[in-house]
Amino acid sequence: MKKTKIRVLVAKPGLDGHDRGAKVIARALRDAGMEVIYTGLRQTPEQIIETAIQEDVDVIGLSILSGAHMYIFPKIIQMLEEKDMSDILVIAGGIIPNEDISELKKIGIREIFTPGTDTKRIVEFIKSHIAVA
Amino acid sequence: MDYKEIEKAKKQWYDKTLSKVLDKFPERKERFVTGSNKDVKRLYDPLDLQNINYLEDIGYPGDYPYTRGVQPTMYRGRLWTMRQYAGFGDAEESNKRYKYLLKNGQTGLSIAFDLPTQIGYDSDHSMSHGEVGKVGVAIDSLKDMEILFEGIPLEKVSTSMTINAPAAVLLAMYIAVAEKQGVSADKLNGTIQNDILKEYIARGTYIFPPLPSMRLITDIFEYCSMNLPRWNTISISGYHIREAGSTAIQEIAFTLANGIAYVDAAVKKGLDVDKFAPRLSFFFNAHNDLFEEVAKFRAARKLWAKIMKERFGAKNPKSLMLRFHTQTAGCTLTAQQPDNNIIRVTLQALSAVLGGTQSLHTNSRDEALSLPSQKSVRIALRTQQVIAHESGVTETVDPLAGSYYIEKMTREIEDAVMDYINQIDKLGGAPKAIEKGFIQKEIQNSAYDYQKDVESKKRVVVGVNQYQSEEETMKDLLKVNPEIEKQQIKKLEEVKNNRAEHDVKEKLNKLKEAANSDKNVMPFILDCVKSYATLGEICDQLRDIFGEYKDSIKI
Repeated sequence: MKKTKIRVLVAKPGLDGHDRGAKVIARALRDAGMEVIYTGLRQTPEQIIETAIQEDVDVIGLSILSGAHMYIFPKIIQMLEEKDMSDILVIAGGIIPNEDISELKKIGIREIFTPGTDTKRIVEFIKSHIAVA
Repeated sequence: MDYKEIEKAKKQWYDKTLSKVLDKFPERKERFVTGSNKDVKRLYDPLDLQNINYLEDIGYPGDYPYTRGVQPTMYRGRLWTMRQYAGFGDAEESNKRYKYLLKNGQTGLSIAFDLPTQIGYDSDHSMSHGEVGKVGVAIDSLKDMEILFEGIPLEKVSTSMTINAPAAVLLAMYIAVAEKQGVSADKLNGTIQNDILKEYIARGTYIFPPLPSMRLITDIFEYCSMNLPRWNTISISGYHIREAGSTAIQEIAFTLANGIAYVDAAVKKGLDVDKFAPRLSFFFNAHNDLFEEVAKFRAARKLWAKIMKERFGAKNPKSLMLRFHTQTAGCTLTAQQPDNNIIRVTLQALSAVLGGTQSLHTNSRDEALSLPSQKSVRIALRTQQVIAHESGVTETVDPLAGSYYIEKMTREIEDAVMDYINQIDKLGGAPKAIEKGFIQKEIQNSAYDYQKDVESKKRVVVGVNQYQSEEETMKDLLKVNPEIEKQQIKKLEEVKNNRAEHDVKEKLNKLKEAANSDKNVMPFILDCVKSYATLGEICDQLRDIFGEYKDSIKI
């Protein structure tokens, strides 16, 4: 059965509690017609992958503001590869310096949205990469 | 004042002067609003102040209801404490930054801890990987605290520690370091944030469920009222509520509602309100709308004085005074054209000073990109010094008092805050309102509305949705040494190898017993800390007894 709605997991890995952005984006994606699951705070990479499997999502949006992204994001990407889940579109946001952005894109984070990004840009990006019936 | 006369004149002005201009030159917008989306009238005049009584509602500084300030001379007597929140990497590196800031004229310390420390994990815990030393300094044991304050005389500085769930442990470490320096606890000046309710609402570094968390807080109130008379036992924080997207009104309403919950809990425990209330302090956000922020600070002071007097029967004037720290709004900093942030911070800092703050942190221009560099931190500190010494706003007390706009808005904020507090009372108080998700939902709605306003350009953000320009990326961003985590874990191992293990076990067991009884846990935590039990070990004892909080969120 072909899905009619894009399913997105908005996930907060790491220990920081800044989830204003994650919550705003979750609502914007929902208003744009997507199904959105929000994990809540302090998710381990294992928990995020587990939820992604259970919820059968097309997209994982990672939000982190603690500075731990260079440790945590590669771990999540690696686990997705190991589980043969690389078809999931992974995007990210938060306080992420430019030089880290290029590194992270190389390993498979498809786009990184820094503070000040219009939510419509994120919606368009997802829609242009995921096809639904 | 003859209001009829003024009304007549106003009508005349409207008919003859204003309408003609409006016909020819319509105003820029249909609706003018504050930073928090409250309507702003074209102008304010004495008619707006008809229900405001100068002596009852405004009064004199240092006197009830403290609308004009908590001290009679305000900044003519003493400037606010310039207190930059800092800390990163390990204790040695942070110690260097503190000494640098003190040398540059900063007057108080403000300690940022890394997230594992804030959540009660040691640096070698699996949840700590990648986070050690990132957003603040890593503290695992008393050893780290000794290094952190090396060469800083604790009887001379005042130290604010942003620590909540494990506040009792970090306070105990501070007391133990002071003792080693030969400084007795009664001489210590400073603040612990210790405000767990806003962690559930907005900041996220909770460990235990609300009930035992409130017990830890009241234990600290009691212990400090007997042993640390100059210590601010809590900093009831609206800052993070605002950062999470609330309006100015919600910031004050939810903060005061949390304050009411703490006072309630302490009174129920049997503490005398006038013994602990003088040491309660507050922490607010200084956002973009200059006048709204000034009115907000004034309204908050007045409301707290009324609440303490009327609701809790406090008699000590110090119990009625809302003393507060302010930080400029991190959420207003933009990654685009970061130098513009210096100007934003200047205006926000000005609002805090015009609002009568007791201490102030000014954000650095590069904080939407990374942790601030040393140069950016210096500019931020200099911003405060320019306001203090060059702008002239410190020369008289509460200079905006009597402005029709400011006084009217102070009243409007006060009324709207009371509506919220009544609503929260009906839900059973702040802890219940948090449990039901009411407060979180209100904030999320405001945050989403704000975002939509920015995207529809109803709200202009310079450099973001207007006046964009191509620019070079900012250089010299601060990077935390990636080796810190390894080094910190090694140091932790050394501490564990060099302590009397049986003594640690015994102290930890005693703490567990105390936590399971109704004894005050503070002396037991102090004993643990002195035996070099680690933060993680101490928090694990409490986790065993108290359990852990699990968040449930609705979007």
